[in-house]
This record gives sequence, structure tokens and C-alpha cells, in this order.
Amino acid sequence: MSDFIGDWHALLVLVVAGFLPNEVWRMLGLWFGGGVDEGSELLVWVRAVATAILAGVIAQILVLPPGALASVPDGLRYGAVAAGFAIFMLTRRSIFAGVVGGEAIMLAGKWWLG
Amino acid sequence: MVRWPLALPPLDSISWQSPLRAFAWGMRSVASTVLTLVLFATYIGIGALAHDTHFSLGWVLASTALVWAGPAQIILISTLGSGATVVQAAIAVTVSAIRLFPMVVSVLPMMRTPQTKRRHLVLVTHFIAVTLWVECVRLLPHVPRERRIAFTHGLGIGLCLVCLSATTLGYGLAANLPPLLGAAILLLTPLAFLLSTARNCRQLSDVLALVLGLALFPLVSLLHTGVDILISGVTAGTIAYGVHWWRERA
Repeated sequence: MSDFIGDWHALLVLVVAGFLPNEVWRMLGLWFGGGVDEGSELLVWVRAVATAILAGVIAQILVLPPGALASVPDGLRYGAVAAGFAIFMLTRRSIFAGVVGGEAIMLAGKWWLG
Repeated sequence: MVRWPLALPPLDSISWQSPLRAFAWGMRSVASTVLTLVLFATYIGIGALAHDTHFSLGWVLASTALVWAGPAQIILISTLGSGATVVQAAIAVTVSAIRLFPMVVSVLPMMRTPQTKRRHLVLVTHFIAVTLWVECVRLLPHVPRERRIAFTHGLGIGLCLVCLSATTLGYGLAANLPPLLGAAILLLTPLAFLLSTARNCRQLSDVLALVLGLALFPLVSLLHTGVDILISGVTAGTIAYGVHWWRERA
């Protein structure tokens, strides 16, 4: 059991650094959501900021890649995502086609570069 | 997007009379979306990343069930793995999670009935993330309002079980996972997030926020403030909102 969980300190870190800071936004949405009008200006701003933050998360994974993604050269990472987006637009916004196309270009590029 | 056909019973069917059947329909709906495959592959990546960063299997499974947000988990594991403090990791995670707030605000009204108490919505709220948000918008109109909470519980628990299995599989495979496959899996998150966000853009302000947010982060990250995503996100989002406000007025 102790091998499975590891030490309890690590689990405490998970709750403090992972669970609580993430969950707080969901619970705030539950708490205040009832009073917010779907079309209100406040929600337009919150949605714009949330979208821009999500864009930042996407950019962070691409610019400062974690783990094995770091082995893919910068230009190839950006190029593959740009190509995936282009395929998505050309296929009348098919997420499936865009994801598969972007991945294929990354793999082909890696193979090409050896 | 490719979607396998999903035949939910008609709204007046007797199979919606029992909440348990509605729960089961929710679970079955997990098989009706390509996003399940993307999630499965993403969580193989998260399992493998946790293994390579020397976290225990129980720890990463607990993170999948408790955090239930792919980017937050990738950020948590990679920041802690790179030796950041608990406070730095918590800030990075909470900044990435702000996007959950407007998702919750826009999904919950689809499930409320006059009898719904706030506590009935706690588990549903926990399950809300990009995938569940997209699927709720697609599927809930085909579910009678009084069964939507049970249906979403089934969908959320079904997706969570898929992700827990994928986390375990990725953790087990990590040592044998070719680096190229690992890279392909980690590329899935930015690709799928970019495309599903682009598809859910409703107004000019959403499109501008996405483009400006992508462009601004690399510049702000040069400052190494520790809250780079927050700075670039609030700036880009506010500029996008400003343009929207200015156009509405003009």
C-alpha cells in the first residue's frame, strides 16, 4: 500500500497544490453562477479572460514543452499545430481531422529529421 | 467532427422515468464521442509523465480523480518535477483553472429545475472540464430536464473511469513508451484544446482573446514572473473585451 500511494506528504502536496487551487474555480462558479446572467457584460469579459488564459496554457505547453515533447524541435512543434489548425479550418471545423493531421505532420517531420 | 451515432431514446420515452436508467445512458454516451479517444491518449501521457517524474501510481490516480483537468495535471506534475515549491505549483495550477469558472456558469443553467438544490450540483460541478462542457452542450438538449443531473453523473463517472484506466496504462507503459509516441501524446493537449476552443468561439471577443492570448504568452514568459499566464491572459482577455465593447458602442 505504501508503494502504491508513496508518502503521505506527497498526497498532501497534491491536495494543496493541485486539488484545491483547481477546484476553487468550479465551486465559485457553482456559488455565484446562479446570479450571473448568461448574456451579461461581466460574463463576456470573464469568458474572454478565460479563453486567453487557456490560450496561454496552450502556448506554455508549446513554448516550454514538458517531458518527451522537448525532444521535438521548436519549429516543428509550432508548424505541426499551425498545420493542424489549417486542416481544421479546411475541413469545416473538424476537430478530429485537425488533431490527426497535426499529429501526422509532427511524426513525419520527426522521421524526416531523423 | 467525427461522431459515432448516438441513439438516445426520445424525450417522452419511459426509459427516462428512472434516474438509474438516465445514469446508464450517460455512461453509454462516453462511447459516442471522439473526445473520449483524445482524453484516453492524453491520460496515457499524464500517467507516463508522472512515472518519469517519479510520482507513485496512487498519487497520479488520485490527481486524475481529484483535479480532473488535463492541463492542470500536466502543469502540476511538471512544475513539482522541476523542483518548484508547493506555492509556485499552486499558483500555476490555479491560474490555468480560471477557465473552469465561466464553463460552470454556462453549463449549470442547463440542468437546474426549480427543485434543484445547490448540493445536488456539487458532483456535476466537479466533473466540468473542457470535454464535459462540449458534450453537455451537444447531448443535454436530448435529455429531459429532470434527468440531466443523473445523466451527467453517468457521463462524468464514465469518462473518469476511462481516464483512470488510461492513467494506469500510461504509468505501466512509461518505461517502454517510445519517446516519439510520448511526444505525440503530449502534443494532443495543445492541439485538442486549441481546436475545441476555436470551435466554441461565439463572438469576436472570444476569437480575439484566443489569438492575443497565444501571441502574448511567449512575450510575457520572458519576464519569468511565475504568474506569466495570468498576466498574459488578463491583458489579452481585457483587450479583446475592450474591442468588443468599443464595437458594440460604435
